[in-house]
Amino acid sequence: MATPLPLTAAPATSPVLARLRRAVSQVLVHGFLLAGAVFMLLPFVWMLVTSIKPPAEIFSATLSLWPRQFYGVENYRFALTTAPLLRFAANGIFICGCILAVQLLVAIPCAYALAKLRFPGRQLLFVLTLLALAIPVQVPALPLYIGLANLNLLNTYFSMMVPFFLSVFAIFLLRQFFRGFPDDIISAARLDGMSEFEIVWRIVTPSAWPAIAAFAVFSIVAHWNDLYWPLIVISDGKLAPPPLGMMIFADAETGSNYGALTAAATVLTAPLVVTFLFARRHFIAGITMTGVK
Amino acid sequence: MARVELRSITKSFGSVPVLAGIDLDIADGEFLTLVGASGCGKSTLVRIIAGLEPQTSGTVAIDGHPIDHLRPHERRVAMVFQSYALYPHMTVGANIGLPLTMQRLSLWERLPLVKHLSPRRRGVMRGIESEVRAVASQLQIEPLLARKPAQLSGGQRQRVALGRSMVRHPAAFLMDEPLSNLDAKLRVHMRTELAELHARLKTTFIYVTHDQVEAMTMSDRVAMMDAGAILQLGTPTELYARPATVKVAQFIGSPSINLLPAAVRADGTIDVLGHRVPLRTALAEGAAVTLGLRPEAIAPRGEVPLQPGQVALPAAMRRAENLGSEYILHFDVAGHAHPLICRVPADHELGESGNVDLVFDAAACHLFDAGGARVEPVDGARGERRSRVPLYLGTGAAAQ
Amino acid sequence: MSALAMTGGGRMLRRSGGRQAFIEKLNGMAFCLPATILLLVTCLVPLCVLVIISFTRYELGDLDIRFVGLANFSKALGDPVFRRSLFNTLLYMAIVLPGSVILGLLVAVLVHGRKRTRSFYEIVYFLPVTSTLIAMATVWQFLLHPKIGPINAFLQLVGLPQHAFLSDPALALPTLAVVGMWQLIGFNMVLFLAGLSAIPRDLYEAAEVDGCASAVDRFLTITWPLLGPTMMFVIVTTSITAFKIFDTVAVMTRGGPMGSSEVLLYAVYLEGFQYFHTAYAAALTVIFLAFIVVFAVIQTFVLERRVHY
Repeated sequence: MATPLPLTAAPATSPVLARLRRAVSQVLVHGFLLAGAVFMLLPFVWMLVTSIKPPAEIFSATLSLWPRQFYGVENYRFALTTAPLLRFAANGIFICGCILAVQLLVAIPCAYALAKLRFPGRQLLFVLTLLALAIPVQVPALPLYIGLANLNLLNTYFSMMVPFFLSVFAIFLLRQFFRGFPDDIISAARLDGMSEFEIVWRIVTPSAWPAIAAFAVFSIVAHWNDLYWPLIVISDGKLAPPPLGMMIFADAETGSNYGALTAAATVLTAPLVVTFLFARRHFIAGITMTGVK
Repeated sequence: MARVELRSITKSFGSVPVLAGIDLDIADGEFLTLVGASGCGKSTLVRIIAGLEPQTSGTVAIDGHPIDHLRPHERRVAMVFQSYALYPHMTVGANIGLPLTMQRLSLWERLPLVKHLSPRRRGVMRGIESEVRAVASQLQIEPLLARKPAQLSGGQRQRVALGRSMVRHPAAFLMDEPLSNLDAKLRVHMRTELAELHARLKTTFIYVTHDQVEAMTMSDRVAMMDAGAILQLGTPTELYARPATVKVAQFIGSPSINLLPAAVRADGTIDVLGHRVPLRTALAEGAAVTLGLRPEAIAPRGEVPLQPGQVALPAAMRRAENLGSEYILHFDVAGHAHPLICRVPADHELGESGNVDLVFDAAACHLFDAGGARVEPVDGARGERRSRVPLYLGTGAAAQ
Repeated sequence: MSALAMTGGGRMLRRSGGRQAFIEKLNGMAFCLPATILLLVTCLVPLCVLVIISFTRYELGDLDIRFVGLANFSKALGDPVFRRSLFNTLLYMAIVLPGSVILGLLVAVLVHGRKRTRSFYEIVYFLPVTSTLIAMATVWQFLLHPKIGPINAFLQLVGLPQHAFLSDPALALPTLAVVGMWQLIGFNMVLFLAGLSAIPRDLYEAAEVDGCASAVDRFLTITWPLLGPTMMFVIVTTSITAFKIFDTVAVMTRGGPMGSSEVLLYAVYLEGFQYFHTAYAAALTVIFLAFIVVFAVIQTFVLERRVHY
């Protein structure tokens, strides 16, 4: 039998020293985190501050935080009138809303069928959706563009939404969820005479609400911020979603009116940020859905 | 020697009090069980002993040396967790050897790549390996040393957790409900194994459980806890035969003790449901008491006449549960809402279900006052308390 | 009347009997029909068309299609512009990947241990992820402005040399990488926090009783090994996200200065939608897809390993 550890009679570490060590580590940790926080917040703070500064102060190249002259109204008015910023935001809402609606309408029955029903081609379809999961929108972009061009459908809301109507991610996610749904409830519903269609929408879907909500956040954020595809298919600024709109606006104001530019940036970033601050849990769950499969 | 002494341990989480002044002496080599319902503070107490929680006030000492300032691994205690807490990414051998690895290798000798530069490391690891093997063979898990915890059954995992504790040769083993995650049959088997392990190692075991069967069958002494205080500390027999409070009486023993409301009569004896029980107490006339009767203390009277000192209660049998070796009988008694439960051997003549007399000895009654504390009957003839066993009344003093 | 077969033990009431099974098949296929159509039209058919085009010399507006075999691919491999864009993309990944993963992990480990300030740090670090990158890209342009940007003003204040971050060929791509990390650190932090929360607390307690006293010990013995699957996942996801870099390039540098920040997707965009060299762009897209598929395959294998305890 090995000799057991001797029990130290005297205190192993002086409590004062321990407290000092802990205080130092606290300072270091918070110092590091706060430095990072400054890095994270710097653009936001500067964006807000610049959007209310007059051009003279912006170009003065001094490191002043707070404006001496409040110029916010002018900057925002300029941004909102020169470029249809609110229109861009409205486009964003419309496009994201339509995309989400169609995504759910398409994905929910399909996910249910893959999870609960038996039909020929089920395995093949599932494998294909897995493969499609790996393909980002930039890949079919070229042929889709050609097809839309030939159909004369470029520069329309529809063309902007088409590649996104199918969300393979939603199908995969909801299928996982539906697989865990108790079969007994479905059997009871069938016994009660419900059609399969009703079962999908009235019984199973309400129970998946958390997953659907999280996916909705994920989808809205992804498509609100999407640039590549709208850039390709849209040439008319009136249809532009926020990122494209911002780009068009920035082009027009090349290098000069930073006050208006940051005002525009604020207007376009605000919706998502404000939503995030109010619905943090859902937001984080939705956006990091890519992690939780 | 490894006595564990707790003095005035209190603990509050914020403003919520969890432990209220615990004093406890655990002898060297003793198997002490802390038993009680969920939330009574037993797990918190054990965690305080281990050093995982700091107490709000009070001291913990081992062999007279206070250990409050020591970190958990410096305290010479080992802990088996309810979930076993086996490191899932390490083999069984590495799991068991971890305490030794932590003790004997410095930080540099443990860093992923740097560690191979140390010349003494290999020798130390060999020593650790042989100790791990010794412990594993004691627990009969030697063939499992190369496996990972996920590949083991519940009982095997428990043994690995035990091995990890044993390899440190601690002054005391702390066990926090180690059998709760096992199925019933395995639990019975492991109870025996743990008891035998204790007999072999002769080390102090401090065991936490909510299962009174484990408490009764494995322990040298049992401390029953409720709401952060120790209600009674004693041997299993003492807790069963002489429960200090109603709560102890109800918790220990299955089926539960029967409790009947009663009162003190003019002549000093007890009146229960209109029947006179020849027990005298020191309480005043009219005082409300609770009369407790263990199921095996009641039996339906057959043809046998009533002996002196026996009481008969008319009752109607409601249900008979046949356990094979015995019957559990449920009786409705006039004047009492709950059925009385009685336990008789299998060969007992049941007779017709219907009205019978339930008979019990006055001497088998447990009496509790209005506050739930045990009341000792006074023997009218000799005028002295019948009890000579010291009772733990939870106030730090032993009542004689 | 076809009978509904009752299966015991909680199994689904399956409509057996010929007609009921037929109805189930019909339902199944009908439910999947829209998704299947969309899958074909928006994904599979374009993919096939893409691959086919890459073997031709088609340009938008052509009436006929001429096959040229692997000419586009060999042209790409020999094209210095393409090689540079591929190199730039990989260089960008080489900066962003370790930066955002290690910093994300560090921040997650530190934030995980805070009690009262945890929410605050979570919000602050995640804020960049929610912001519209294009809008923020404009802000970053201003921040990095050589004359009036606050960053250069700060450098001047501290006495360090000032830089034209986005106009200097040597600095453009690393600067974009920093902006990329700015957004990814918060994202990775949240993923790591989820992984850290999944580690049972009593493992740490058991380790403390066993002698793991210091934070370093705890990290080496428990945190790092048990974060393994999360770590692999974060690495793969970050790789894919970094490889798809486009937005900041399109807004902040347009691939300049002198092509030093031209990345693969931007090259594809230019070739396909500005110069309309459709077939060549298709070939580049196929190469892009090949890289993505490799990452995705790795990701699939990693996910299989996730439940290996």
